[in-house]
Amino acid sequence: MKAPLSWLKDYVDIDISAEQLAEKLFSCGFEVEELVYLGEKISRVVVGEVKALTPHPDSDHMQICVVDCGEEYGREIQIVTGADNVYVGMKTPCALDNSTVVESDPKALEKNPDGIKKIKKGKLRGVESFGMLCSGEELGINDDYYDGAEYYGLLDLDKSAPVGEDIRKIVGLDDWIFDISITANRPDCQCILGIAREVAAVLGKPLKEPSYAFTAHKTNAAPVKVEVQAPDLCPRYVGHYVENIQGGKSPAWMRKRLALSGIRSISPIVDITNFVLLEMGQPMHAFDADDLAGRKIVVRRAEQGEKIVTLDEKEFTLNPENLVICDGEKPVALAGIMGGLNSEIKATTKNVFFESAKFARDNVRKTSRALGQSSDSSSRFEKGVDAYTNAYGMARALHLIEELGCGTVTELCEDVCAADLTPRKMTASVKKINALLGIVVPNEEILAILNRLNFKPSLSGDTLTVEIPGYRDDVDYYPDLAEEIIRMYGYDHITPTFLEKASVTGGGLNDEQKKELHLKNVLRAQGFLEAYNYSFYSPKEFDLMKLPENAEERNAVRILNPISEELSVMRTFLAPSMLGNAVRNIRRGNDEGREFEVANIYLPKNTEAGEQPEERKTLVLGIWGAKCDFFDMKGAVEKISELFHLNFTYERAEKPYLHPGVSANVLVGKKIVGAIGELDPAIALSLGLDKKVYLGELDLEELKDSLDDKIAYKNLPKFPAVKRDLALIADEKLTSGEIEEVLLHSCKYVTAAKLFDVYRGGQLPEGKKSMAYTLTFTPDSTAEKAFTPEVLDGFVKKILGNLKYKLGVELR
Amino acid sequence: MKEKIEALRREIETALSVTETGRAVYEVKLKFQAELKGIMSGMKDLPKEDRPTFGKVVNEFKQAMEALFEERAVVVRQMEMEKKYAAERVDISMPGKNYKAGALHPITLVKNELIDIFAGMGFKVFEGPEIETDYYNFTALNTPKDHPARDMQDTFYLADNLLLRTQTSAGQIRVMEKQTPPIKILSPGRVFRSDDDATHSPMFHQMEGLVVDKGITLCDLQGMLAEFAKKMFSTSTKVRLRPSYFPFTEPSVEVDLSCSECGGKGCRLCKGTGWIEVLGAGMVNRHVLENCGVDPDEYTGFAFGMGIERIAMLKYGINNIKTLFENDTRFLEQFED
Repeated sequence: MKAPLSWLKDYVDIDISAEQLAEKLFSCGFEVEELVYLGEKISRVVVGEVKALTPHPDSDHMQICVVDCGEEYGREIQIVTGADNVYVGMKTPCALDNSTVVESDPKALEKNPDGIKKIKKGKLRGVESFGMLCSGEELGINDDYYDGAEYYGLLDLDKSAPVGEDIRKIVGLDDWIFDISITANRPDCQCILGIAREVAAVLGKPLKEPSYAFTAHKTNAAPVKVEVQAPDLCPRYVGHYVENIQGGKSPAWMRKRLALSGIRSISPIVDITNFVLLEMGQPMHAFDADDLAGRKIVVRRAEQGEKIVTLDEKEFTLNPENLVICDGEKPVALAGIMGGLNSEIKATTKNVFFESAKFARDNVRKTSRALGQSSDSSSRFEKGVDAYTNAYGMARALHLIEELGCGTVTELCEDVCAADLTPRKMTASVKKINALLGIVVPNEEILAILNRLNFKPSLSGDTLTVEIPGYRDDVDYYPDLAEEIIRMYGYDHITPTFLEKASVTGGGLNDEQKKELHLKNVLRAQGFLEAYNYSFYSPKEFDLMKLPENAEERNAVRILNPISEELSVMRTFLAPSMLGNAVRNIRRGNDEGREFEVANIYLPKNTEAGEQPEERKTLVLGIWGAKCDFFDMKGAVEKISELFHLNFTYERAEKPYLHPGVSANVLVGKKIVGAIGELDPAIALSLGLDKKVYLGELDLEELKDSLDDKIAYKNLPKFPAVKRDLALIADEKLTSGEIEEVLLHSCKYVTAAKLFDVYRGGQLPEGKKSMAYTLTFTPDSTAEKAFTPEVLDGFVKKILGNLKYKLGVELR
Repeated sequence: MKEKIEALRREIETALSVTETGRAVYEVKLKFQAELKGIMSGMKDLPKEDRPTFGKVVNEFKQAMEALFEERAVVVRQMEMEKKYAAERVDISMPGKNYKAGALHPITLVKNELIDIFAGMGFKVFEGPEIETDYYNFTALNTPKDHPARDMQDTFYLADNLLLRTQTSAGQIRVMEKQTPPIKILSPGRVFRSDDDATHSPMFHQMEGLVVDKGITLCDLQGMLAEFAKKMFSTSTKVRLRPSYFPFTEPSVEVDLSCSECGGKGCRLCKGTGWIEVLGAGMVNRHVLENCGVDPDEYTGFAFGMGIERIAMLKYGINNIKTLFENDTRFLEQFED
C-alpha cells in the first residue's frame, strides 16, 4: 500500500519527520518497506525569472537568457536555452551549476540506470551557460503534477512562484511515499484513510475525517431498481443515481493525488471512482445509466455459458460460480472485477448509476483466477471490503461529484443490505488481557489506547466494554484487544520471563529419532556426505530408470498444480534423485563421491478420495568414481546392519536400473528391505557417464522394528579365540555366501568366517576357484580350558565334511 | 690355561668388534659359550689346589665377557635402528593420504542444534506427515477456505482436500488432539510452497515450537526466544518483538534478532537496520485451541516457527538457497564438524 505523506497530512496533523513516522508505524504493526523522497533525484534547481533575452550569435534557435534566481543564487545568471516558449518575465525551473535533474533520454538511461543527470556550466556554440532552464520532463513530472509539465519546452511556472525557491516545493516533489506492508487481517488499512486512522492513533492526534456531505436533488428520472438474488455473495449493494454528467478535467489537487499513486487522470467521473478506492478503500463502479435496460440492476450468479465483454474488450464465458451484475436483460459487469463494455462511461454519458458494494472475497478471488481477469477493484475485494464502508464510500463519491461540479446528485438511491450493521459490542476481563501479555498495563493506558483506536471503551471493575469499529471485522475476542493494546503500548514493555507458571516437562528425541541421527553419523563416519533433494521429481525419471509400465514405482502421487512437469510427481523411490546428484557432480568435475539422503517416499492410497498417502522413511546411498566397486556399497550397508543389530542377507536382484550381475536385494529374514548395486551400464551410457555409479536404497521403516536393541552383555571367555585358515577348492558357480553359510553353521564355536583370498588358474582345474577363509573359534565364556590343537582339528574335520557333503567343496 | 683364556678373549673381542646385528652378537656369544665350556672342561686336569684360583679367573673372565656382549648388544641395537631409520626415511614433502570424512548437511546441523537447544528446555520432537489434509494445514489453524491468509502461501494441491503442507504448524493440531497440556513440542520438517525464484525454493524446512499450559504469557515467549537467540547465535544477541499477523496466533509477532554480523550497528547483512527477521510467533489463537479440544479459558500457549534454511544461511553465510539442494560435494564437504 503506497501512501504519500502529503495526503496523510490531510487527515492528521503530522508534526514529525517522515523517518520518524515510519518508525512509529513499524512499532504498531505497519512495516514501511520503502520510504521514497519524491524529489531525491533533483538538487540545486530553483525558481528563476527570465529578465532578458538576446539571440545567440551562432544559432538560429538558441537564445541567451539573463535569469534572476534570487539573492542566494544570483540575480543575473547567464543561461543558453533552445526552448521555443521562453519569454521575458517567464518563471521557470532553473538548474544551477552542479545541479541534478531527472535523466529522460532513453539512451543515456541505459548507461546511467540511477536516472540522475548532472548539470554543469559550459559553452554552447561559444557562449557560456551557467546552468539549464528545465522542462517538466526533466523534473520527472507530468501534467497531473503541474499543469503544462508535458509541454515540450520550458515549464511555465505560475507567476506567484517566489524566485530562488526550491523547485521541489513548487511542483509537488517535496513529498514522501510510504510503501507499507499491510497484514492480511487489516484490509481496512488498504487505503489512505485507514493508514491515517492508524497514524492518528499512534501519534495520539485527532483524525480529520473527509467530508461525506452532499445534497440529494429531486429528479424526474425513473429510478434504477436494485435486486440482489445472491445475498451470500453480495451482502450489501448501495447504488445512487447522478445526472447531468459534465466532462472536462478534474481539478489539479485530485489529479496530483492520483498521480502520486501512479494513476493517470481520465475524466472527473472515472477519477472519482479511482480516488475513492485509494482514499476509502471502497471499489466503485459507474454505469452509464441510459445503457441499463429496464432501469434495473440484478445481482445474481451467471448462467451456464452466459457471456460478457469487459471494458478492456475481452470476452468471457461464465458459469454459476461467477457473480454478475445485470440490467433487465444481460450482464453489465463482472461483479467486483470489471465493468462491461456495454455500459461503460463515454464522453457522451449524461447519467450515471454509481455502485458501492461488498462482494464475497473468496468468490471474487475464484472468479478472477478462473477467468484470468483482475483489476485494482478485484484485488481490493479479495482482501476484504466491509459493509460499513460501502455507504461511506458512496457518500464520499457523491460529495466529490458536487465539489467537482461534474454532475447532479439525485435523490434516487438504493441500499440492499443483508449484512448486520449494528455495532458489535464486546466485553473482556482486563485481568485476562494482562495475563495473556504477562504484564500489567495500567487501566488508564488501556482506555486511552482503545479510545484512540475508536473502540469507545468503558471500564467497570475488571470488565472492559468496547464497541468494535465497523471497519474492524478482524476483532472478536479478548486476545484481539490484547494485541491492539500491546502494539500501541509498545512491545518493549514485554520483559522476558521463563515459563514461571508452567509445568516441567522432559524433552529430547525419542528412540526412533535418535536412531536416525545415529544412522546419519555412522554414514558420515564412512565418508558419506548428506544430501537433501526435493520431494518431487519428473515422471521422466521413471523412463530413465527403465521401469516397465506396470512397475509399482510408477504409481506416484501427482501434484495438481506443479511449478513444472520436472517437479510434478512425489517420489516413490529415491534412487533417481541420488543418480541425479551423482550425474551433476560428475559433470562438475567432482569425479568421486559418496552421498546419502534420508527422506520420505510417498506411496499413494486413494488420493482422489482425499486419503493421505503412506510416507515411508527411506535411505538412499550413492557412490561414484573410478576406483569404487560393489563392495564399497555393500560394506556401507553391512555397517548399517550392525547399527540396527540386524543380520542382512543378500540375493541377486532384478532391478531394471541396476546391473543384473552386480546388484543384490537386501533381506532381513525373508523380507526384502532394499536393493544395492551398480547403475545399469546402459543407463550410464545414455547419460554419458564415464564413471561407475553405485546406488543403494533401504526402507528404514522395515528396519525400525528392530529398534528394541537392548544391549545383551555376555561375559568374556576366559580363553582367547583361536584362528585357523582354510584354503578351499570350490566350483566356480558357488558363491562365497553359500560357503560362508556352511562354515558358520557346521560348528557352534565358529563365530566368524572371513574371506581373505580368491584365486583362479595355476594348477586349479578348469571351472574351479580357490577361496581362502580365516575361521575364528571362540570358546564359551564358561569353558574351563583353551581349545587344544586336537580339538580344533576335530572341528575342522567336521566342517570340511559338511563342505564336501553339502557343496562338494574340498580342502586345497 | 691363561694363554687359552687370553687367546679366546682376543678372538671374541675381534669377532665382536665387527658385528653389526643382534643376531651376529648372539652367534659370537654362542661361540664364546662353547669355547668356554671347553676351557672349563680342562679344569679337571688341573691339580686340586690350583682349581679355586682357576675357577675364579674363569669366572671373572666370563663376567667380563658377558659385560662386553651386553655393551656390544647396545651398540649394535643402535646401529640397527640407524639403518632402519635410514631405510625407512620418507620424502616428507609428498602429499598426505586423505581419508575423506563425510559430513552432515547444514540443514541437519542447524536442525540438530535447534533440537538440542529446545530439548534442554523440555521440548519433545514430533514429525507430522508432509502430505496433509486441508483441515490440518489450514482450517484447524483458523484459516478457513475464504481466508485471505491463504493467499500468503501458494499451496501445492494433490486432490481437493489433500496438499503438501505449507507449514509445520500443521503438526501442532495433531499433537494437541492427542495430548493434553502441558505440551512442549518441536516440529521440524519439510514444507512446500509454489515459489521458485532466486530467493525461494519450492521445498524448504521449518521448525515449529509449541507450548500450551496454564498461565503461559507473551513474556514467556520473549524469554524463551531470548534464551534461544543466545544459544544459537551469541550471548549478546538481543530479541525484538513487533506486531504482525498469523491466523493461528493472537497476538502475533515478528521476531527480529540483533544482527550477528555488526552487532546491531547496521551493515549489509541487516540492510542497515541492525536487526534480522528470523521467526514468526505469537500466542496460540483461541480458535485453534478450541479446534483441538483444549479449553482456551483454562490454558494459553505460544507457538513460534522459523525457516531452517534461513538460519543456516545466516549462520554459515550461504548466499543462495538453491546451493542447499544441489548436493555438490564441494559444498557439502565444507560442513565437516
